Amino acid sequence: MTIDANIGTSAVPSSGKDQRSFYARNRLKIAPWLFLAPALLFFLIYVIIPIFQSISLSFYQWDGLVAEQAKWVGMDNYARLMDDEKFWTSLKNNVLWLVLFMLAVPAGLFIALFLNQTTPGMRIYKSLFFFPFVISQVVVGLVFFWFYNPEFGVVGKVWGFFFCEQVVNIVGNLSTRCSIDPPALMASEDYATYGIIAAGLWPQIAYCMILYLTGLNNVSPDQVEAGRLDGAKGWRMLWYVILPQLRPATFIAVVVTVIGALRSFDMIAIMTQGGPGVGSTNVLAYYMYEVALSEFGFRYGYGAAVATVLFLIMLVYISYFLYRMYQDEKDGR
Amino acid sequence: MIKSLIRATATAGFAAMMATTAFAGDLKIIFDDPNPGPKKGFEAAVEAFKKAHPEVNVTVSINDREAHKTAIRNFLSADAPDITSWYPGNRMAPFTDSGLMTDISDLWASDENLKSNFEAIKPTMTRDGKQWGVPYSYYQWGIYYRKDIFDKLSIAEPKTWDELIAASKKLKENGVTPFTIGTKFLWTAAGVFDYLNLRTNGYDVHNDLTAGKIKYSDPRIRATFAKWKELVDMGGFVKNHATMSWQDAIAPFAKGDAAMYVMGNFSVDGYKNAGLTYDQIDFFQFPEITPGVPRAEEAPADAFFIPAKAKNKEDAKKFLSFIARPEIQSQWNETIGQLPPNSKATVSDDKFIQEGFQTVSTAAGLAQFFDRDAPAAMAKAGMEGFQQFMNDPSKLDEILARLDKVQTEVYK
Repeated sequence: MTIDANIGTSAVPSSGKDQRSFYARNRLKIAPWLFLAPALLFFLIYVIIPIFQSISLSFYQWDGLVAEQAKWVGMDNYARLMDDEKFWTSLKNNVLWLVLFMLAVPAGLFIALFLNQTTPGMRIYKSLFFFPFVISQVVVGLVFFWFYNPEFGVVGKVWGFFFCEQVVNIVGNLSTRCSIDPPALMASEDYATYGIIAAGLWPQIAYCMILYLTGLNNVSPDQVEAGRLDGAKGWRMLWYVILPQLRPATFIAVVVTVIGALRSFDMIAIMTQGGPGVGSTNVLAYYMYEVALSEFGFRYGYGAAVATVLFLIMLVYISYFLYRMYQDEKDGR
Repeated sequence: MIKSLIRATATAGFAAMMATTAFAGDLKIIFDDPNPGPKKGFEAAVEAFKKAHPEVNVTVSINDREAHKTAIRNFLSADAPDITSWYPGNRMAPFTDSGLMTDISDLWASDENLKSNFEAIKPTMTRDGKQWGVPYSYYQWGIYYRKDIFDKLSIAEPKTWDELIAASKKLKENGVTPFTIGTKFLWTAAGVFDYLNLRTNGYDVHNDLTAGKIKYSDPRIRATFAKWKELVDMGGFVKNHATMSWQDAIAPFAKGDAAMYVMGNFSVDGYKNAGLTYDQIDFFQFPEITPGVPRAEEAPADAFFIPAKAKNKEDAKKFLSFIARPEIQSQWNETIGQLPPNSKATVSDDKFIQEGFQTVSTAAGLAQFFDRDAPAAMAKAGMEGFQQFMNDPSKLDEILARLDKVQTEVYK
């Protein structure tokens, strides 16, 4: 190599030695990084660094006001988490969300199968089914909150039809008396979470449905035909012929549903603010907001500890997801 | 191209710098209530100040009340105004303790008006022996009730707990729920708790509890909950209160399905908007529970503070001193329908304000409110406990044990 370098000053190109500049020689390797650089830079600033900042913050006790007043407390925040009833409730609710949210995948599939026909006006039906995904989560939350209202919501009205009667009250206004009180879903510590999950499922099902509808477009008619010749129909056709071809759609549907379940926040904020009672509808994301950022939350370190736990849970899942992606790409080549 | 871009950014940056560099004489005020009445009252006071001090260039921005509660953390440490509205009591503690507010004890000591006419409210503005803000308004709490329903059933304003229970029973018998309340946002339940506690145990126990000196499982606090249980068990509160805000809870009151409401005076506007007239509604003080306990009242104040990073503290103090004047406080509170903290100010002749003034001026002690007297984390846990108790009083032991635990963590 040293010899090459000496000769390199003469204009004669030696065999096996590329005389072009470093950039010119490595163009193909550098170019992608150049294109990636802006994205990487911002990803670093807005995602990677904050992750580590947040983890380091979780070892401090801090009220979020003056940075110099943060006090190092080591693992204290985590020790307190272990002993915090509200944290465990949030974790339990997170699991509940994860499990029940998965219903969106089969539900979306069946609606997609149902809508995958060529009837006139089918596009209108499809867009109607997709509608809940288009409107904001906040609006969905508000709509369901009123829907569940025991007095004037749909639930209350239907209940009232069976169990309530209109009476004239003491000042002559019409008022409702019920033989059995209508269920106040949003006021119940035991059921409010299910009510919110049901509200969250509504747009999520629409999302899965769209994924499956596009997937169904790519199902090869030859295979369906071949299956039919072999006598497959109904469930067997679905299970052995259609579903395997929908695998990519199923994978994405599961991914977005898990993400949707883990980041459930807006509906809880709108419908119950984590209540009723002692955070009975909290999830980790909302609990983090509550202890660190809300009106009565001044515990940034503690909030960061909650966020770190949520991050670790997501990390398990994200690692699996990346692994799967990697394997698929390898197979693809 | 790039050159012009750089020039553009440089100009923009410079302009931004100019905008944030306040010149002497500029006074930036942030206020936190965009509702028509409060906004009008505030703007009138600012106009009066401008007239009195034409050399000061006042700029005002009005935040949404809820947004202000979180925004204040950012602007106090980043881009502080010269004056901001905030709450006294423990709600100011995080900011005063971390040095984000200006100590204005010198103003309280030098200003004759502040020195002599604010005796009653001075303790609430004080922390660590220093004064931090100037209050412009406060309001009474108590029981608002449907006078027409009470008259129809010939119920008199209850003076004692037994009379209140008797009145509630009578209302129940006639198909009226005694109390309306909406606990979705928790603090309303704290109002009920505070009154039960003030009447059962008195002002000192309230202060000791919120200061963390008494446990929640203390027999005296249990006695408070026992009174509350009586009301809950008899169906004294509207059902579904946990799904309603305080505004939602006006609906059953206006309809005549509920007859009483433990509330602050700001709610009167809500009753009027719901179609009730002054003939239909009235006010009485929360009745006595333990005979002989001096009557203390809830009377939360609203105040103005000078952030530590304010650029023009001199004019800011001028403004605070100005809004403390009796004539300004009279007019301001006339507009917003509340009480002026200045004892020399005149009180509006509105029926509720007059009664409120009666109530607080004769009180043995003035409490701020559970969530202003207790530190944030304790207030939140406490109010959750209250709501849970109202939903299911049988969980009392569990609730008190939890509150004790939170207490030991918060006050250590």
